[in-house]
Amino acid sequence: MTLDELRQRQNPYGDDKAIDACGLFGVIDRSGRRLNGQIAIEAMANLHDRGNGLGGGFAGYGIYPEMADAIALHVMLDDQASRARLEEELQQDFHIRLAEEIPHRPVAAGSSVQAPPLLWRYFLDPQPGISRRPGQRVGQGLGQGYDQGRGPEHGSGEGRGHGFGSGDGGPVVGASAEYDPEFADSLVDFVMHINRDLPGVYVFSCARNMGVFKGVGYPEDIGEFFRLDDYAGYMWTGHGRFPTNTHAWWGGAHPFSLLDWTVVHNGEISSYGTNRRFLEMYGYYCTLQTDTEVIAYAADLLMRRHHLSVNEAALVLAAPMWKEIDRLPATARQRLTVLRRVYAPLLLNGPFTVIIARSGELIGLGDRVRLRPFVAASAGDRLYVASEEAAIRVVEPQLDQVWIPRGGEPVVGRLDGLAQAGVPGAVAASAAVARAQATTATTTTTAACAAAWPAARPSGRAGWGEQEVAG
Amino acid sequence: MGQARTHIEAQAVFGPLKPYLEPEFLVERDPDRCIQCGVCISQCSFGVHWFDVRRSQVRAEQERCVGCHRCAVFCPTGALTIRRNPSEYRPNANWRPEFVADLKRQAETGGVVLTGMGNDKPFRVYWDHLLLNASQVTNPSIDPLREPMELRTFLGARPDQVNPSASTSALADGATSHPVEGLPAAMVSVEDLPPALQLETPIMFSAMSYGAISFQAQLALFEAAQACGTYANTGEGGWPRPLRRFHDHVIVQVASGRFGVDADYLNEAAMVEIKIGQGAKPGIGGHLPGEKVKAPIARTRMIPEGTDALSPAPHHDIYSIEDLALLIYALKEATHYEKPVAVKVAAVHNVAAIASGIARAGADVIAIDGVRGGTGAAPKIIRDNVGIPIELALAAVDRRLREEKIRNRVSLVVAGGFRSSADVIKAIALGADAVYIGTAAFVAMGCTLCQKCYTGKCAWGITAADPALARRLNPDLAAERLINLVHAWSAEIKEMLGGMGINALESLRGNRDHLRAVGLEQWEMDVLGVKGAGQ
Repeated sequence: MTLDELRQRQNPYGDDKAIDACGLFGVIDRSGRRLNGQIAIEAMANLHDRGNGLGGGFAGYGIYPEMADAIALHVMLDDQASRARLEEELQQDFHIRLAEEIPHRPVAAGSSVQAPPLLWRYFLDPQPGISRRPGQRVGQGLGQGYDQGRGPEHGSGEGRGHGFGSGDGGPVVGASAEYDPEFADSLVDFVMHINRDLPGVYVFSCARNMGVFKGVGYPEDIGEFFRLDDYAGYMWTGHGRFPTNTHAWWGGAHPFSLLDWTVVHNGEISSYGTNRRFLEMYGYYCTLQTDTEVIAYAADLLMRRHHLSVNEAALVLAAPMWKEIDRLPATARQRLTVLRRVYAPLLLNGPFTVIIARSGELIGLGDRVRLRPFVAASAGDRLYVASEEAAIRVVEPQLDQVWIPRGGEPVVGRLDGLAQAGVPGAVAASAAVARAQATTATTTTTAACAAAWPAARPSGRAGWGEQEVAG
Repeated sequence: MGQARTHIEAQAVFGPLKPYLEPEFLVERDPDRCIQCGVCISQCSFGVHWFDVRRSQVRAEQERCVGCHRCAVFCPTGALTIRRNPSEYRPNANWRPEFVADLKRQAETGGVVLTGMGNDKPFRVYWDHLLLNASQVTNPSIDPLREPMELRTFLGARPDQVNPSASTSALADGATSHPVEGLPAAMVSVEDLPPALQLETPIMFSAMSYGAISFQAQLALFEAAQACGTYANTGEGGWPRPLRRFHDHVIVQVASGRFGVDADYLNEAAMVEIKIGQGAKPGIGGHLPGEKVKAPIARTRMIPEGTDALSPAPHHDIYSIEDLALLIYALKEATHYEKPVAVKVAAVHNVAAIASGIARAGADVIAIDGVRGGTGAAPKIIRDNVGIPIELALAAVDRRLREEKIRNRVSLVVAGGFRSSADVIKAIALGADAVYIGTAAFVAMGCTLCQKCYTGKCAWGITAADPALARRLNPDLAAERLINLVHAWSAEIKEMLGGMGINALESLRGNRDHLRAVGLEQWEMDVLGVKGAGQ
């Protein structure tokens, strides 16, 4: 659909941005064991009252193991003509391995699911040398300033977050860090191009071995509609929406997706204007006018393009207070000062809890003064994050640990092996990883695993409190 | 003032002509309250009050009154009232009294009409047409009395990203000796960042030179800047040795006259600012008459005592943008790349393009002074007719720098008539990093905007050249007033920020979504980049 149409659907009253509040849920099984999508449906059903039926959605990772090396494209289409236009476009750059309607159940009587559009999915193999589209502002911007030479060498360092090398020819697992930078930019370009230039087409997600299922309705009804109980993935996120100023349209539901990033978000970012204008200078144009979009772009800029670790990104997005920084020893203080100075306009201000996911990794983050609910829990290999403990308890009554993360403290769940340098693709976002593989906590450096909680952080936030320094 | 037929005070060729002007102010003395103590006589530096020996009574020569209110404030019995003279000509919408008065003055003297302070004409003040946002329901407002609220601001260039390769080397340089769990491991060290000023509040004191203001006033400004964790600017008149102890909070100016500039001057300061122009008098230079250049001023400015201190209109080594780049880098070389270099320009028509050029020429900070900016002395015709409002200039510059993707390379400081904390926070929302205040600081020290700075007779001791008058300003007490002002504004800014649900000023910077316009034309809203209220 055209940009104007997009805006019109997303933000019909022309407000500064779409405003909504929500319920969130996320789970990752670090061992790579795949969980039935029913887990996300049931958890979200227990957060029913945090939404108003105007949007629900899910992201599943590792759901297409048999197609793991193909780009999975989920789209909504206004009509068959739109589909024809899309397929014509796809054929220029991709070989279509499989095209089919996304399986779904008929809308049951009494279901909150409203007027589903055509929903299709494609499994695509990029043709050699997928072309950059010079007409796209986004693409141009993304191309600019990207350090093209950085690809192969990064990712091998501890603390850089993702343990993937890139361009090393390892098995395809669909992690964002693994996409060749140029290809990733082209893919972003391509999606933007479809969304903006093809009437009646809107992309839900476009990445390897993952997919976004979303629409208008309560999340449990949307999950039921999409037959999520037929899927299994090692990571799920879910979202129930309570928008206040947007009409119901299927594309406006969460998760918001960019490459293999998905973002579900509860909050209102008061710094939206500052964040948006900063991101524009890096080539990200916030066409959807939502907070969620800004968060996804910020995550992409910081973690994919600038190679910051999850912790560093969290220290930008929900920066510690100067008062706390000033008390730190010189080295720590200087580093944090650098982060806050350079990325000051990316500080997310205002109330939010967000679950950012990418292949193999789940990041929960709350705002620095903790104005929106956020609970984390662990049970065996599983890490849960949600708006309310009730959503977790309903699917996993026996939990090893339950805690409320401090403001700005990221909760990170990562597939075992992913954090180990130099094991590209070993994770196999599919079920291939043996359950027996070491289940010890990955070195996520923060609250990834509850084992260290709460003894390790008597005060201040994990990672840079004085206690840790002294110890 | 020295130059015949140039300034209004000059002697006319045929001797003094009878002034055809009536007094601007009436000095009313309540005989029941007046105790004939004569305080008004000693306080008035313009010779209004005098003791009539024959009548044994204090009387007033009110045609000399400039309306500074020094006498009324210091009268121990409150016997004095200063009022504007209600005497009126026949009303005429075109030939308004101000034009008539200036015409008559010029007919009497043949000079350029001089004035002080900022433009006092009723051009639209855009701050008064912009309203701020606040949180209701969908997000919570934040109470600054209970929650942290951050105003810390950095001025200087920012790199576009933290460089991972530099960070690896930082790690190798012993950063690993802090094996803090979760500490960002990969990062540039702070030394690798371009130099910057750290402000604890986004309010700085404008450039006001020693000579234009008294030593005491400059001392008060420096003291206050230090106490508030911010900066004060020396202006172009050099930097008196006794005031160098404030070096961590002082910005020095390099202007077209180069007064007082040497290696120490540059290296002792926190930042160096190249002054290209001033909002009150864009395009023209400055002139401190020789009679004001007494020994201490002469020493500070590094010119002979008693000579006129002339600042040329342009820098005679800057006739183009590449010349500016040369000077910027000359100053950076001289300061070993340890100080940010700012360039101050007046807000003029093409300010966006000019600012873009300045950013590309290598400046770390751009200061823009709007049409309402103050001055110690300027031709009235220039002050009132040249330049554009700072609100529009700021919006245009911020937008242009973003469009060109170079906004990170420079910080923006704006100046020119900031009257309250609301003006400041609106400027931040339009895209400014910090503001300079001059007139507001003056008012805090006692100034009543009588606009007679250029006479050197300031009864409040702020712009006084006469040491006896200058001593009226107790620097410590004046500093206390300034500190109070900055604290009060900072507290108000925190309240407004918290109301918007924001707890760091940096999240409001350039966040025009938090502004709405009332009573503006569409083109004005377009330039400001704000929607109308209700939109």
